[in-house]
Amino acid sequence: MRDVLTLLLNGENRQFETPARGPLSVLGLLTELGLDMRKVAVERNEEIVPRSRYAETWLASGDQLEIVHFIGGG
Amino acid sequence: MDQAMTDQDIHAPDGHAENGDAEDVWTVAGRTFRSRLIVGTGRYKDLEETGAAIAASGAEIVTVAVRRVNLSDPKAPMLQDYVDPKKYTYLPNTAGCFTANDAVRTLRLAREAGGWNLVKLEVLGPPPLLYPDMRGTFEAAEVLIKDGFEVMVYCADDPLAAKRLEEMGCVAIMPLGAPIGSGLGVQNPAMISMMMEHITVPFLVDAGVGTASDAAIAMELGCTAVLLNSAIAHAKHPVIMARAMKHAIEAGRLAYLAGRMPRTMGADPSSPLTGLIR
Repeated sequence: MRDVLTLLLNGENRQFETPARGPLSVLGLLTELGLDMRKVAVERNEEIVPRSRYAETWLASGDQLEIVHFIGGG
Repeated sequence: MDQAMTDQDIHAPDGHAENGDAEDVWTVAGRTFRSRLIVGTGRYKDLEETGAAIAASGAEIVTVAVRRVNLSDPKAPMLQDYVDPKKYTYLPNTAGCFTANDAVRTLRLAREAGGWNLVKLEVLGPPPLLYPDMRGTFEAAEVLIKDGFEVMVYCADDPLAAKRLEEMGCVAIMPLGAPIGSGLGVQNPAMISMMMEHITVPFLVDAGVGTASDAAIAMELGCTAVLLNSAIAHAKHPVIMARAMKHAIEAGRLAYLAGRMPRTMGADPSSPLTGLIR
């Protein structure tokens, strides 16, 4: 049985299965969410996750993630 | 008022061309722009209208907000599809941030999403005024500048605060003309003029403009540029108002460069008083 991760994602508790081959990375999460990686930015526990490190940034239960993009604003 | 305007004729904060022609450009943080209108991208009916109004405004810099992605609709159209970041300089803002920490986090995310350092900082006090919270603004500006950001800063019309922000290293000083989204126009022209005297980086009126004449007044006072959003987005016909703003900014700038005639308390006829028939 795979482990289940609970992440606080944009203010909501969401559960994700750990992939068969190892822990879930930010890259894995964004892929699962279907997001265009060139247009978003990710903060994990109030620290920026640089795009270059998505593949090697592993997530753990209880992590707080903010995934943002640009929208219209004044 | 007249005195303040006379002084500004000597003190042009960003230098200007002799004829007010195409060479009349301005520079912020090493980037040079022709348009002196910066527009927001918020509060439009839809993204198509946003794109059309911004094109009509002639703006080269647009402000954008940073918000959570709607995870239930990851393929929803995005601003970048309608306002091309290759064509316009995106200026991420911290609208909606009421603490220095939120503003800093927001702009760090913006830098990661877009890869640039030029940002607009605003730390706001509570509704209904959303007046600039200067304590939070100072705190955030200090952290951001240390972190390599180039900070254009929204601020109160407070000459001491503005000078201090410039000394800290902010790359543009942007006081309000009236509360955000109020459309009340430039309510503080004398203070705007007096503040400008002591600022050498670009100086913009940000917030308060309601219609074209307000933008022209800000430019006539000698502002480097004007930043506005609602005046276009909340007009009945945003695209037409965007054109009006483009012309108003240009007219106001030219009037400033031309140097207005002195005000006199009485008539001074334009036609000669000699050679009249008797």
